[in-house]
Formats: sequence, structure tokens, C-alpha cells
Amino acid sequence: MDSIQKNLLAEIADIHDVPEGAYNIRSNGSLAGRNTTANIDIVTKTDKPGIDIIIKPHTVHESVHIPVILSESGLKDMVYNDFYIGEGADVTIVAGCGIHNCGDQSSEHDGIHTFYIEKNAKVRYIEKHYGEGDGKGERILNPTTVVHIAEGGYMEMETVQIKGVDSTVRNTEADLKDGASLVIHEKIMTHGNQTAETNFTVDLDGVDSSANVISRSVAKESSRQIFNSHINGNNKCYGHTECDAIIMDSGKVQAVPSLSANNIDASLIHEAAIGKIAGEQLIKLMTLGLTEAEAEEQIVNGFLK
Amino acid sequence: MLELKDICFQVSEDTEDKEILKNINLKLDDRFIAITGPNGGGKSTLAKMIAGIIKPTSGKILLDGVDITDYSITDRAKAGISFAFQQPVRFKGLTVKDLITLASGKSISVGEACSYLSEVGLCAKDYIDREVNASLSGGELKRIEIAMVIARGTKLSIFDEPEAGIDLWSFNNLIQVFENMYQKINGSILIISHQERILNIADKIVLIADGEIRKVGTKEEVLPHLLGTSEACSTLMDKIVK
Repeated sequence: MDSIQKNLLAEIADIHDVPEGAYNIRSNGSLAGRNTTANIDIVTKTDKPGIDIIIKPHTVHESVHIPVILSESGLKDMVYNDFYIGEGADVTIVAGCGIHNCGDQSSEHDGIHTFYIEKNAKVRYIEKHYGEGDGKGERILNPTTVVHIAEGGYMEMETVQIKGVDSTVRNTEADLKDGASLVIHEKIMTHGNQTAETNFTVDLDGVDSSANVISRSVAKESSRQIFNSHINGNNKCYGHTECDAIIMDSGKVQAVPSLSANNIDASLIHEAAIGKIAGEQLIKLMTLGLTEAEAEEQIVNGFLK
Repeated sequence: MLELKDICFQVSEDTEDKEILKNINLKLDDRFIAITGPNGGGKSTLAKMIAGIIKPTSGKILLDGVDITDYSITDRAKAGISFAFQQPVRFKGLTVKDLITLASGKSISVGEACSYLSEVGLCAKDYIDREVNASLSGGELKRIEIAMVIARGTKLSIFDEPEAGIDLWSFNNLIQVFENMYQKINGSILIISHQERILNIADKIVLIADGEIRKVGTKEEVLPHLLGTSEACSTLMDKIVK
């Protein structure tokens, strides 16, 4: 692995060497390293590109890293990864994709991740997207995440896209059974002429199921973002969706939260707030000795932290 | 030493020019100066002007003999002026530790950040990682605002009505914070206040009403004047109405 690839790995997965536990590293469309453990198996699919990650019931305190890196210009990579999380397991999964494109052709990675979370299993899923390289070729990432959570299961999903991705369409769909819950924290910063579209659809099918979808984003320069979030309350359930965005320069953000209550005991809330950085916040930090640009940076970094 | 020379500030309201500050001349070289007077008299405008948030229409501001009238907010902060807002600002995502660290201007340990919070009567471990957002009460925000000024430790610290928005019981504790600060601080404190207990510890009191300085002197000199004038009535009325 060369230094560009190592840098991409560090950016998306904080991996500086071989990760601990189970891992699968995909580099420029092929396997660059894999490790399995007694409780976590990783199997290459035979019918299409991608892998199955199979976690045995009651596996606790283990992690799986499945980073994808692209450093060849003009590569279009598409994978199907399926995660089977056994009953009562409690694991952390770190995914992510880094693209380094210094050529003139577009590089694209489209990942379709499907989670089957069994009863009372807990998953923390972290996904970072990052792009770099000074070529004219676009860096494109289109992740799709499909989540099925069984009774009492829990998933916490953190997605971060801070830099360098020119175009992204991010689709997330989830269905939840009795007592299952889903928490999503999305952080996006776009700049230049980038576009980012995120679509969330959550079906709260089970009694006492709950979902909390929180997005914080910053749109700088001429970038554009669209946030669509839809929660269907089909039973006695609780759902909350929140979009909080800062716009700067000529950045544009559209937030479309929507709720459907299909049961009398469904309790659903949506919130959306978009605006530029408040002048008084800048002034306060300037009275501490920061320049206006430094104050802006602190406010944005804090907002996306 | 802070010196204000012929400071005027006008705003245009509809087609009329309104004078907010009229020919303010003031030399402030004491350790603890209180500015008092009725609401709407120009006190906060003057404080914001010293911090650089508002530019005077005419006149000069000198800090230790250096003309800082054209300095930006940032330059004045670097020159040694700190300003605690009357209404502290909330930040989504920034924590108390982040703000104290930014105020101190260097990377500080959790222990150091905590010591500043303890000085304003906050139990540090409960607050240090809290976000400075709507989950904090007005009184808590006010104390954090004061802790930031202490962390800066500059030669001039300005407080704009620290008592505003704080209940009477909390304010009694806050008085002690200022009494301690008076003992410890190396520079000068300029505080805008209506509170008699704050005025009592001031070396010098400046009475401002209708955009003009009405009286400057020790509390013995100013307080009787304050109580014997129509301003006193309106100040008292303000207190009652509040």
C-alpha cells in the first residue's frame, strides 16, 4: 500500500497500521487485506461484488473495519455488503470510503450496505467519507444503507462527510420492530460546487419503536445540499427528525422533513433550522482576540464536532 | 489607563438624528470603576464602543496613550480589552472548555479551565464538557461569560450589567466573585451596574444619563447625588418595574 492509500485509510478509519479485530480493506476494487475472528466471519460474495459480514450471537466488545479506498482515476466501484448481527451481540462497525483523484476522469464508489440486526443486538456504525486530489475528475460517493432491526435491537449510525466529495446521494432506509430503536447523526460539510443529497425513510412498525434522525450541515461557497427525511409512525412509537444547517457565502440548503402518523399513538416531531452564523457569535469570539475568519472556523468546527 | 475624548454617537431614526452619547470625556485609571444611571442613558453603548463593537461618530479612545479608535474588535481584544456581554451568546457545539480555552488564548489543561469556573462559583466537573447552548440557564451563562473574562486576564475587563437576568439569590454570590476579582486582578475593572453592593466596592462611580456624564467621583460623592436627583427616581423605578 502506498502513502496516498495509507493517508486515505487514516482519514476515513483512523487506521494507521493493521487494525485490531476483524477487517476487510478494499482498494481500487479488489481485496487488500482481511482478518476474521472466532466470532466474526467475512465472506466474499459469489454472485456480485461485495462481502457478507456475519457476527455470531452474543458477540460483545468486538469491532469490524471495512474501509474502501480509491486512488485510481476513472474507477467506478460498486459493492454490496450485507451485515448479519446475531442476537444479543454488541459490536462496532467502522466503514468509510476515501477517494484520491488526481486525474481527469470521475472516480465513483457506490456501496449498498444492508444490516440485519437480530433481537436485542446493538450496533454502532461509523461511516466517514473523504475525498482529495487536485485532478479535474469528480469524486463521487453514493452510499445506500438499509437497516432491518428486530425486537429490542438498537443501532446508532454516525455518518460524516467533511471534505472533498464532489457529489453524493445518500439513501438510508430503516424498518423497526417492537422496542427497536435507531439513532442517526449525520454531519456534512460541502464547499466549491459540491452537491449533497440525503434521503432518510424510517418505518416505525413495532410497538415502542423509536427513531432519532439528526443532521448538522454546513454549506460553503457555491455548494448545494438537500435533506429529505421521512418518518412513518405505524404503531405506538416515537420519532424525531432534526436538520440544523449553516449556510455561508452562496451556499444553499433545502430541508424537507416530513412525518406520517398512521397510528393514534404515534408521536412524531420534526425540526429544521437553516441560517448563517449569527453576528453576535462572531463578535463574541472576536472579543476573545480571534479574527473574523478564525471565529468562523471555530463556530463551524464546533457545530460539526 | 483608558481615556475617552469628546466621544459622540448618533443614530438616524426615521429622518431624525438621535444623540446616544454626547461629548463624553473620561479618564479611567482606577482599579474598579462602576458606571451607573437610568436605562437608555447610553451606558451599554459606551461599553460596546470601548470593546470596538460600535464605532463612535466622533471622538477618540486611548488605551495607555495609544489611539485605538480605529482598532477592530480583534485588535482591541489583543491590546488588552475584555468584554462580558449583558446577554451571553449561545453556541451549538462549542463546550464551556472550548470557550475558556479560546479566551485564555492558549491550550490549557482541564484543571486550569476548571479553576476559572470555580472562581465564578460553578462546580467545574458538571460544566466543563457542557455545550454552551440553550440547555444552560441565564445565570449559568452569565457566570461562564465572567469566567471567560477572568481567563483572559487582560488589563481592562468590562462587564455589562452582570446582574441582569440573574435572580437575587444568585446575585448575592456573584457579588463575592467581583469582590474577589477586585483583590486579585492586575488590571482595571469597568462594570456597568445598578446594584448598590457593586457601587459600594467601586473606587470610582460614573453617572451617565441621557447620553451625558452627570457626575464622576467616589461613592461618597456620587451616591447622594444619585439619590437626590430625578435620575435616582427613574433608576429606582427601573428596579421596581424590573
